[in-house]
Amino acid sequence: MGRKLYIARSPRIAARKLGEEMLVMSGHGSTLFTLNPTATILWQAADGATPLDEIVEHRICGEFEVQPEEALRDAEALAEDLAKHGILRISEEPIAEHTRSQQPAAAPGKPMPETR
Amino acid sequence: MRLNTSDAEFLDMLEKRYAGFLGAGTSSEAEFDFDIDLRPPASSHSSAAADVSVTHGSDRWLLQRGDFRAEWEPELRRGNIRQSANPYSIDAVLRIVHTLVLARQGGFLLHSASAIRSGKAFLFAGVSGAGKTTISRLAPPDITLLTDEISYVRKRDEGYMAYGTPFTGELAKLGENTSAPVAALYLLAQGPENRIDPMAASDAGRELLANMLFFAADQEMVHRAFEAACDFVHRVPVHRLTFVPDARVWEMIG
Repeated sequence: MGRKLYIARSPRIAARKLGEEMLVMSGHGSTLFTLNPTATILWQAADGATPLDEIVEHRICGEFEVQPEEALRDAEALAEDLAKHGILRISEEPIAEHTRSQQPAAAPGKPMPETR
Repeated sequence: MRLNTSDAEFLDMLEKRYAGFLGAGTSSEAEFDFDIDLRPPASSHSSAAADVSVTHGSDRWLLQRGDFRAEWEPELRRGNIRQSANPYSIDAVLRIVHTLVLARQGGFLLHSASAIRSGKAFLFAGVSGAGKTTISRLAPPDITLLTDEISYVRKRDEGYMAYGTPFTGELAKLGENTSAPVAALYLLAQGPENRIDPMAASDAGRELLANMLFFAADQEMVHRAFEAACDFVHRVPVHRLTFVPDARVWEMIG
């Protein structure tokens, strides 16, 4: 059995769905991101308590016609990419609510470039 | 905002520069008091081209660029500015302070021309060269120009108000000191014909953010700016306005 991964939304991020797209703004570097549909699902489901494989099975495989193993591999890669940008946190343990809200302040930023 | 200086020549310059936006100068009228110290800041570089730094300490904001150093204490409504006797430094400080004040109120400064027609305000946003000055110059006589460069946008009730500003662009003409509810935001593009196209909300939000003036290295302020932009595009129609540089474009506005 593989490792379990848990994902949680970073409290440094502000997010809004505008039309069909999810925009997220990182306090770190004042960077604006547009999430693709899969990233939007991960973002919305990232409660810190639901394992990633369950999110993939219930939310992604149901939405897109894709094999679970392949979907999980892609989701892990995507989650790591989002974590690199400070949008999500990843852990092999459930991420408790109080630790999700106790992040350090963001580093100084610059006027808002767009990252897609 | 009240600016205090003992230098009569600098005061005279300020009065001319911000004519039309001056009050009586009483303390009770001013939301903020700034003392101006006309000495260049102690800095290794004194150029206005240097990067601006806006950071928040325990109780105050520190605003720095090569040509000025300013502190502002929002709770005490006081601040000080150290700069040489030039209009560009004070202009920059005023713009930055207003971005901070407006962010707390759900408003923002926007790189845009703005104008009133029939009691409604219209914003024309774009980067340098997009056509802000051109569309301002082409405005017919029934238009009240609020600014050709920096629009002042404040949330009010369920919508937004645009106010005139003394911040001028190439037109070098002060806006009128008046206001009106914002009826539409146009994101400018120059092209072979005049046309107005709808924009997806996400595109509108991205472009609005790209045109907002924002300086603070502060997570809360970044998020406030983001929320303000999202709320604005939710409440105000945003369109792409492609235009050729002649006055017929104004037949499509209002």
